[in-house]
Amino acid sequence: MSNLLIEDKQVVVPGDILAEGMDYLPSYGTQRVGEQIIAMQVGLANVNGRVIKIISLNGRYIPKKDDTVIGYVSDSTYSSWFVDVGYAYDGSLSLKDATSDFIERGASLSKFFKSGDIVLIKITNVTREKAIDLSMKGPGLRKLTTGKVIEISPSKVPRVVGKQGSMISMIKEKTGCSIFAGQNGRIWIKSEDPVMDKLATDAILLIEQKSHVSGLTDLIKEFLEQNVKEKKK
Amino acid sequence: MKYTKRNDGRKFDESRKVEAKVGVVPNALGSAMLKIGKTVAVAAVYGPKELFPKPLQNPLRGRLRCTYNMMAFSGAGDRVRPGPSRRSKEIALVTENALDPVLDLSAFPKTVIDVHIELIQTDAGTRCAGISAASMALADAGFRMKDMVAAVACGVVGGQPLVDLDKFEEDYEGGSVDIPVAMMPRTGEITLLQLDGEVDKKDLMKAVEMAKVGCMQIFEVQKAALKAKYEEAKK
Repeated sequence: MSNLLIEDKQVVVPGDILAEGMDYLPSYGTQRVGEQIIAMQVGLANVNGRVIKIISLNGRYIPKKDDTVIGYVSDSTYSSWFVDVGYAYDGSLSLKDATSDFIERGASLSKFFKSGDIVLIKITNVTREKAIDLSMKGPGLRKLTTGKVIEISPSKVPRVVGKQGSMISMIKEKTGCSIFAGQNGRIWIKSEDPVMDKLATDAILLIEQKSHVSGLTDLIKEFLEQNVKEKKK
Repeated sequence: MKYTKRNDGRKFDESRKVEAKVGVVPNALGSAMLKIGKTVAVAAVYGPKELFPKPLQNPLRGRLRCTYNMMAFSGAGDRVRPGPSRRSKEIALVTENALDPVLDLSAFPKTVIDVHIELIQTDAGTRCAGISAASMALADAGFRMKDMVAAVACGVVGGQPLVDLDKFEEDYEGGSVDIPVAMMPRTGEITLLQLDGEVDKKDLMKAVEMAKVGCMQIFEVQKAALKAKYEEAKK
């Protein structure tokens, strides 16, 4: 006999018992202890059929293979660069993964990237000890020379992107900005129009603030439409 | 000298009034304030960050590092010497040991998570208030924890077992034993138990039982505060 002890979308805290019995399955943010499934994080409980998971509401970025992130180049060595991707330790970008250009022996690497550059970059591998390998080879990966980067909590990025990118494409469409949301919580925004730039930023910060409220897409749509109308007057 | 009636009129098994709030330090990844009677603790969590010196790094999990500090103006008028002391180092260590068993830091190898605990106002029971606040701050920061940690002191004052001593009771002339207790509320496991002085076994067991009940009360306040942060934003 299995019992579900919580409601869907309820806020839970660590140690809360979510379900009893073996019919339910623990997923992200939960753990089975004996017959019980307990919460391991503060967040929204999500019950999908038999699977129970927790949608975390805060936390630092944990690098994963195949994540596309926004990084800050922090240092360069004779054959690689170090890039801050929002984890405690920098990731490493080796020369062969950085460019397909021919490089002369002894050439200065700062021609390609130098400390302080902002890059759209992909994580190709993460070891068990969280050593991060990076690559610039892939569609859309590049140095970001214009626009700006804002930072939000990495756990809110899925809400900014939305289901199949619905939220982010709506913001792009309404404001006309170019936006890219890195998995590490850094979001790049570029627009010719400073007013729209500000509006897109405000919309993203509003999503971060209200990320656990249901009907968020409608709320943001309303927010954008109202503001776009006012700006046009 | 038998202690028959409590200084502030509480029952022997009654804790002081507890209040808690989460997210009090916006700069931090997670933070919390816990107030028990006149004792106010604020905890803030930063990290994970690089850990030096290197020999301290654990390739399998992150390390928890706590600091504990009573602010210079926090006492009952006596000057508290600012900066680290032998006492604050010891308390920081027992705080780490009290919180570490619940934390799962396997996602952050070789790093350190800093928990800073500051006591704004003190009236005994500071390490317990600090541990309770730190546990909330860690949960608020989104770290994986198998349980919360709630802490409260119990003791034997003038031969009478009781819970949550205030400063008057801690300094009671008829003899006072202070026993801080930290507990995981779900399993009832104890992660901190310190004892200064002499106490007989019967009194100790009685006092610890009282502390367990006190911890559960604090846990309810912690839980409500953590949920309140998100319930408010829903409106």
